[in-house]
Amino acid sequence: MTNHWIDLKNSDCILIMGSNAAENHPISFKWVTEAQRNGAKVINVDPRFTRTSSKADIYAPLRSGTDIAFLGGMIKYILDNKLHSNQYVTDYTNATFLVNKNFKFENGLFAGYDAKARKYDKATWTYQMDENGVPKRDLTLKDPQCVLNLLKKHYDRYDLKKVSAITGTSEAELLEIYKTYAATGADNKAGTVMYAMGWTQHTVGVQNIRTMSIIQLLLGNMGVAGGGVNALRGESNVQGSTDQALLFHIWPGYLATPTPTWPKLEDYLKRRAQSKDPLSANWWQNEPKYMVSLLKSFFGDAANDTNDYGYNWMGKPDTGKAYSWLDLFDEMFKGSLRGFMAWGMNPACSGANSNKVRKALANLDWMVNVNLFDNETGSFWRGPGMKPEDVGTEVFMLPACVSVEKEGSITNSGRWMQWRYQGPKPMGDSLPDGDIIMELGLKLKELYKEGGVFPDPILNLKWDYMTDHKFDPHKVAKQINGFFTRDTKIGDKEYKKGQQVPSFALLQADGGTSSGNWIYCGSYTDAGNMAARRGQEDAPNKIGLYPGFAWAWPVNRRIIYNRASVNPQGQPYDDKRWVVQWKEGKWVGDIPDGGWPPLVGPDGKADPKSKHPFIMTQHGFGQIFGPGLNDGPFPEHYEAMECPVEKNLMSPQLSSPTAPFYGTTSDKFAATCDPRFPYVCTTYRVSEHWQTGLLTRPQPWLLELQPQVFVEMSEELAELKEIKNGERVIVSTARGTLECTAVVTKRFKPLKIAGTVVHQMGIPYNFGWRWPESGKEESANLLTPSTGDPNTRIPETKTFTANVAKK
Amino acid sequence: MGKAFFIDTTVCTACRGCQVACKQWHNLPAEQTTNRGTIENPADLSFNTYKLVRMREQVVANKLHWVFFPEQCRHCVSPPCQDTAGEPSAIYTDEMTGAVLYSAETRSLNADDIIESCPYNIPRKSEDGTLAKCDMCNDRVHNGLLPACVQTCPTGAMNFGDDTDMRKLADQRLAEIKKKYPQATLIDPDDVRVIYLVAFDPKLYFEHAMASNTDVGLTRHLALKKMFRPLTDIAGRLMQA
Repeated sequence: MTNHWIDLKNSDCILIMGSNAAENHPISFKWVTEAQRNGAKVINVDPRFTRTSSKADIYAPLRSGTDIAFLGGMIKYILDNKLHSNQYVTDYTNATFLVNKNFKFENGLFAGYDAKARKYDKATWTYQMDENGVPKRDLTLKDPQCVLNLLKKHYDRYDLKKVSAITGTSEAELLEIYKTYAATGADNKAGTVMYAMGWTQHTVGVQNIRTMSIIQLLLGNMGVAGGGVNALRGESNVQGSTDQALLFHIWPGYLATPTPTWPKLEDYLKRRAQSKDPLSANWWQNEPKYMVSLLKSFFGDAANDTNDYGYNWMGKPDTGKAYSWLDLFDEMFKGSLRGFMAWGMNPACSGANSNKVRKALANLDWMVNVNLFDNETGSFWRGPGMKPEDVGTEVFMLPACVSVEKEGSITNSGRWMQWRYQGPKPMGDSLPDGDIIMELGLKLKELYKEGGVFPDPILNLKWDYMTDHKFDPHKVAKQINGFFTRDTKIGDKEYKKGQQVPSFALLQADGGTSSGNWIYCGSYTDAGNMAARRGQEDAPNKIGLYPGFAWAWPVNRRIIYNRASVNPQGQPYDDKRWVVQWKEGKWVGDIPDGGWPPLVGPDGKADPKSKHPFIMTQHGFGQIFGPGLNDGPFPEHYEAMECPVEKNLMSPQLSSPTAPFYGTTSDKFAATCDPRFPYVCTTYRVSEHWQTGLLTRPQPWLLELQPQVFVEMSEELAELKEIKNGERVIVSTARGTLECTAVVTKRFKPLKIAGTVVHQMGIPYNFGWRWPESGKEESANLLTPSTGDPNTRIPETKTFTANVAKK
Repeated sequence: MGKAFFIDTTVCTACRGCQVACKQWHNLPAEQTTNRGTIENPADLSFNTYKLVRMREQVVANKLHWVFFPEQCRHCVSPPCQDTAGEPSAIYTDEMTGAVLYSAETRSLNADDIIESCPYNIPRKSEDGTLAKCDMCNDRVHNGLLPACVQTCPTGAMNFGDDTDMRKLADQRLAEIKKKYPQATLIDPDDVRVIYLVAFDPKLYFEHAMASNTDVGLTRHLALKKMFRPLTDIAGRLMQA
């Protein structure tokens, strides 16, 4: 979240799209309800009418996977009716930038497409530069090559009629939603979006979010209270684990994973394009400080300037190769992986195309399953369709204790790092994950002392996070914050060796500091554990920031990009819900995005000491034109990999030109408009179960509420297939079948798509054969495909085609 | 004065945290359920289920609504079940809170008569005829805590407090919500300590949302009991003293 949970109450219009917040983030509705009682409009767009829809002021259905068409239509509506926030767009976004004259978009493809490699050469996705190397801008927004005019041209095709024919949302509904949401373009209005896996789990997942980000920039909704782009994370610590490098392409603090393209530390540290604009903070120019401090945290005293701080002790995945979930299980399926640690995961149920995943597990020599209970993954060898005698995988179960039985922090969707004390002691032989990891590291060190292929990384690993032979979360938290490795003088202040670094502005690129994650620098200082604070006092602007409660990264900033909430003079666009303001020579309110003075000084002249507000981008501007992604600088509507329409009404390019394909015998897809699989199917969660249900299916009170896997469908589809409400049915896709209970409901409706009727169905993914005892309630992921987003490789589990029949 | 609930169904998201919190506080066993073509479960209140969120899909003025009704005992101001029982050791009203409470002694009553007497069809019997229902978490309330269902509610649908405060809150919310839903109403506010606010006709929420016709509710048995009411009242007071 750019903002945070409490801030939802400040909004005038909340668009809930790509999430089912009432069901999957129930507490969020405390704040949504408060906003609504203050007069906010809540809009919900979802293929299915949900418990969220039941509370919305406006609900509209759409065909799963057509969000870009829906939102692209909103961009066109905003621009056609000049509802965007003019000053904001000109001053703070790259709308004024002139784009490379060779950049083009034709026939559904951007310039530089290589069909064979299914990827783009992004050479023309650049700006025209002036003689100083700064992007040329047209402040009058008249140049046809400026970003705003290219944006207009791009979305000119997204008219109501075409959008309605793609999405199935009626023109009247589209118009009502566009009108309501676009009203937040007024200076004193704020609109926000709550999204989750309903947007991410598509072959166009990242671009779904990009489309909304463009809308938010056009309407001046970034950086303001009640605004922002808000990802509702699917688990209490997803934000924290992502911050700490859960994903293959990033290291802690969103540093790029080194690859052989940068063989030396110097190559890595110099790879970034720098800004030549003195008004651009280009915050990533500080990356060397963060990278060297991180390497110091890995290798301690062993890391120094003679050995590149251990840069080459770290593994470097092949350049351009993906190591995502889909790729790992593809390799496992092909037999190239021998061992696997399933740590707090249940891939046999949570992995897309889980028949493929289960077969892949059988190719391993060994698997270690670290979890609270045995699950479908640990017991895959005795699961449905498996012959235990044919499976050679040796499975080890390491019982972990439950979250409340250990001390430590979680970081919630709002970037709040919150410390939790230990409740009851761990049961039996179960251990906190930290202890299991520490013991594993110690054992590896012991074994590598006896010899090994490349012992340096393990032997030099700084591994001193135990107290009395037990994992000590405080030691780790202090290391993540970082400390000075020697006496250091910064400005006129002296820091002693071993002192905690108070803020990332003081991290050093010469080995003088050791920090496990620069964005968490400031969370555990000499003043104590900031995450454990429980202050109840609000900040002076009284918008629910509560700066003394827990700690938010970065630097306890509660709303990021907040300097975009003020005009160039530093005065809030909205003085009722102001976030920061320049008062008597300093910023007050939230921690500002940098302490520089406003862009325009009291004399009305540009202040050369100022910086543009979007400090994390190279040039300092919010990116309406986004050149960094793999599938284009503007979002474009493509159909899902499996779709019920023959043509993409927007262009001749039917599906994402860059989405990954896997070629094993388990990677089957339905053809376009495949008569065997005529209906659109999606997956989701229910309030009553948690993830794959490992924690909740064995819990009788929760199983009582949701005892069986079900498929929801419209009354019309049920009639067509002669299915009675409550009877068991079989749902099938090109990849698998699933027996479920039919829930026939008014909450799904057939949609009119380009003259034909499209039916949709939906299944919760929270089930698996280990529990309930019947063994008949299986995972919806038996049906889902292994393809996904070309940037993140998150699987497309939200849109695929299926059939349903009486059992 | 006593206590009261105010249940604002217009902000209920049917997360069913209340349903689980109730079971947890009372340590009640789960029911064996199946999916019956709805996600509402269990199918009905029971000796082991005091609270149940009813979920109904209703089309009002061509618009689909999914309405939720967290059903529970209304803790009537003049409880017909208590009158019907006429046995203060089995069914009685807590003087401080106004909670209508059932004891193990309900086993000696005619359970079906008690159930029939309830205008909201709430009490349920076990195999041996003992009756059970929501007890307002009277033990929690006497110790300064909120009822478990109220404690867990994320949206403010479940409210609890002094009777006058709750009635004031109910009136306030009704006035507010009428701007959005002109048909909004409070259900039987003068007769109960559990006041529901609904946006539409209560019948759309659940068949027993409103008190059934008193002629039906007033069984022969109850009519008989009513004749002896002064006597039972005295007996009740004596019991509590």
